[in-house]
Amino acid sequence: MKATPYLLSLPALILFAAIVIVPLGMTVALSFHDWGQYKGIEPVFILKNWREVFTDSYYGEMFWRTFRIALAVTVLTALFGAPEAYILNRMKSPWRGFFLLVILGPLLISVVARTLGWALLFGGQGGLVNKALMGAGLIDAPLPFMFTETGMIVALTHVMMPYMVLAVWAALQRLDPQIENAAVALGAGPVTVLRRIVLPQALPGILSGGIIVFTLAASAFATPAIIGGRRLKVASTLAYDEFLNTLNWPLGAVVAVLLLVALVAIVFGANRLIERRYAQVFG
Amino acid sequence: MSRNGPIALLYHALFVIFMIAPIVVVVWVAFTPEGFLSFPTTHWSLRWFYAIARYPEFIAAFWQSLGLGALSSAIAVAISVPAALAIARHRFVGREAFQALFMSPLMIPNVVLGIAFLRFFTQIGLGGTFIGLVLAHIVIVLPFALRLTLASAVGLDRALEHAAVSLGASEATVLKRITLPLVLPGLVSGWALAFINSFDEVTMTVFIAGPNTATLPVRMFLYIQDNIDPLVTSVSACVIAVTVLALVALDRAYGLERLLVGRGRDGR
Repeated sequence: MKATPYLLSLPALILFAAIVIVPLGMTVALSFHDWGQYKGIEPVFILKNWREVFTDSYYGEMFWRTFRIALAVTVLTALFGAPEAYILNRMKSPWRGFFLLVILGPLLISVVARTLGWALLFGGQGGLVNKALMGAGLIDAPLPFMFTETGMIVALTHVMMPYMVLAVWAALQRLDPQIENAAVALGAGPVTVLRRIVLPQALPGILSGGIIVFTLAASAFATPAIIGGRRLKVASTLAYDEFLNTLNWPLGAVVAVLLLVALVAIVFGANRLIERRYAQVFG
Repeated sequence: MSRNGPIALLYHALFVIFMIAPIVVVVWVAFTPEGFLSFPTTHWSLRWFYAIARYPEFIAAFWQSLGLGALSSAIAVAISVPAALAIARHRFVGREAFQALFMSPLMIPNVVLGIAFLRFFTQIGLGGTFIGLVLAHIVIVLPFALRLTLASAVGLDRALEHAAVSLGASEATVLKRITLPLVLPGLVSGWALAFINSFDEVTMTVFIAGPNTATLPVRMFLYIQDNIDPLVTSVSACVIAVTVLALVALDRAYGLERLLVGRGRDGR
């Protein structure tokens, strides 16, 4: 009887051992191999690639850009997504379901198609975003969006927004509307209710949404590749270049391993911080 | 609960416009009668939809994506059912570790998985093959299949199975007549969610797809890298249409809220 759960999990275990753990291990090993234009990959153990990534400022700059963009996207999705989740939560039944579908639906639409939409809005001969901004009197001259960090941030904010709305929405589901009513009955104004009642309860959702958005934005590929073009590189597009254009696989493996380690460290660190903070509040 | 004020509704309207603008634009441009990118104003045309027929690589990629998504999702569901039953019903050493491992493809960036798969499949001689694609897609859609099968396995009333046993049913009969029918809705929606994720996956697939095994998103991505023209907008419009149809069907059958958030409040 004791063996039953292991037997049941066996197919998944075998699959993950063979197709996840072994390939990841091979990638770590690959990052220590040597590579030359003519000799290809040599299975030796050297630190050349790691030293190159840590000493050449090009890579430092590229990683800094990757995390800077991810942070900006995280802040923007929280700033705009959290209020929208709250508004959605206050809607009545048929509308709420409909708009939830409209806002979360893009999550399931191909990211290539969504980014293509931004490329069309930013550039080409239309440049609708600039026309709208100038029409609204917000800017005087067209802003460059294609092949810039600004464009990447706007498009990625759109791509990641559903995750943030979803996380805050899930947190607000646990909010008892009677508490808001009680605060109002005790004489609290709308601002006080938002600040003292709603925000503290939405915060866990914003934080967990932020972790999801940050990791996905830092490792996003198709959007930075299409909006950034061939010049403006982030970690994932650089790794792609090393693997499929330059063919310096060991160097690409270093970038991939660093990205994975950095993201895992950030996620665990953030989770620890959040847990400690809430232990202080509730414990 | 108080209602949304006019400012909140204005904010909501702007937010919705932001969310759907890029999708509307793609579909809109796809109907242009011109030979270049432009917004159709007075004239609409289907010429760029007919043009897809002249590009067999897009048609082939579409069937490739469909077959890959259907097959890998089916295998992922088949693997996650026993795993979900083990996790839902047994307390055993390594239970949390197993669950974390099976959910790990959600944590590992797809670009890292793509690189790892590329290296691995090239080494074992599966580089660029359909089998390699299927194996890789099973891994990345398994968390979605497992999440929904697990949800229905946890919600399963064991008294029904005990009743069947007490009425003389064999273990196989209980599985076939009681357990599987009860988890079937979770299986179907798990398969659908897995399928959509496989159908749309581009980041990992772009590393391991060969010239003959490229999926539709990969073809679209590679095409856009070279040039953006109305053809790729009409292909995208078709992909959007397929996804929206699947989405509406899924929402009617299962509830999108429940699918994405977990158990919905209305308990549909």
